[in-house]
Amino acid sequence: MIEPGTSAPDFRLADHDGNAVTLADFGGRRLVLAFYPLDFSAVCSDQLSIYQEVLGEIEDRDAALVGVSVDSSACHAAFRERLGLTYPLLADFHPKGAVCAAYGAYMDDWGHANRSLVLIDRDGTVAWSFATPTPLEIPGANLIFDALDDGAPA
Amino acid sequence: MDGTSSLGSAAVPPPGPGDHVRGRGPEVVLYLDLGCPRCAGTWEEITTLPLQVCVRHFPVASRRPRSPVLHAAAEAVAIQSEDGFWEFWDSLLADRAHVDDPHLWERVEALGLDLDRFQRDRRSDAVVERVRRDFRSGISAGVAATPAGFAAGAPLAGELGVVLRELASR
Repeated sequence: MIEPGTSAPDFRLADHDGNAVTLADFGGRRLVLAFYPLDFSAVCSDQLSIYQEVLGEIEDRDAALVGVSVDSSACHAAFRERLGLTYPLLADFHPKGAVCAAYGAYMDDWGHANRSLVLIDRDGTVAWSFATPTPLEIPGANLIFDALDDGAPA
Repeated sequence: MDGTSSLGSAAVPPPGPGDHVRGRGPEVVLYLDLGCPRCAGTWEEITTLPLQVCVRHFPVASRRPRSPVLHAAAEAVAIQSEDGFWEFWDSLLADRAHVDDPHLWERVEALGLDLDRFQRDRRSDAVVERVRRDFRSGISAGVAATPAGFAAGAPLAGELGVVLRELASR
């Protein structure tokens, strides 16, 4: 998993609508990357739904949230609609998992991302990262708020 | 709005004033979504177990848009009758096909409660805030899926129905 203090690797990924998104697009705001295994799986559905419920509170802290998995844009579009998500999902589809791997979040044996979170500061430095011991565990949204509020008044 | 709650990590609050607690036995705190089929299944499995159960509201609105309405309705029933709350709660989880407003009104009238008052209370700031309080305490305690359970302040891992049955048999 990528370590705090490292410069966040740039990326260019298609979102759920097929539009290219880069790290620079979030310039000026902090960015939470939520790497997750697969669209439509039960655990991922729970995880992304819970994050949606607190999205306003994340944005109140001058931060954006995006989900990243190896699924395609079209799959992301259907998954977002199913769950009622309003934040972007990025497709690390081709070359498969390359951005996940750059952040140390790719599981070679499984062929998808581990469930992990990365907070990138406004200057593009990794401020915090977290990976669950297994993909079956969900990092609670409380961990995101711990990281966002760390050293700064809420 | 609760301006003091950060949503950062915090221990699950023990059952206290204003909580809904029923039964006798080992104490558990459950965060449930009244629109969640897994919650309904678990509830059916555990409802007769010898446990002291504290239920908390955890509606996941994006996934199940009707859930916040159901939780607010349950809380509005509780304002008139705590026994009524439990009957209403059990009924919503047992019959998830009948959760439109006319079905809710039928339940309220069958409980002998004041329907006009229910209608006012379910949309009141106090009720919305009460549901929100539970949701926020769940987020801070790391609830990331429903149903979620805690015993002695610690999260219960594994299949919740099985874990609660074991806990009840101790």
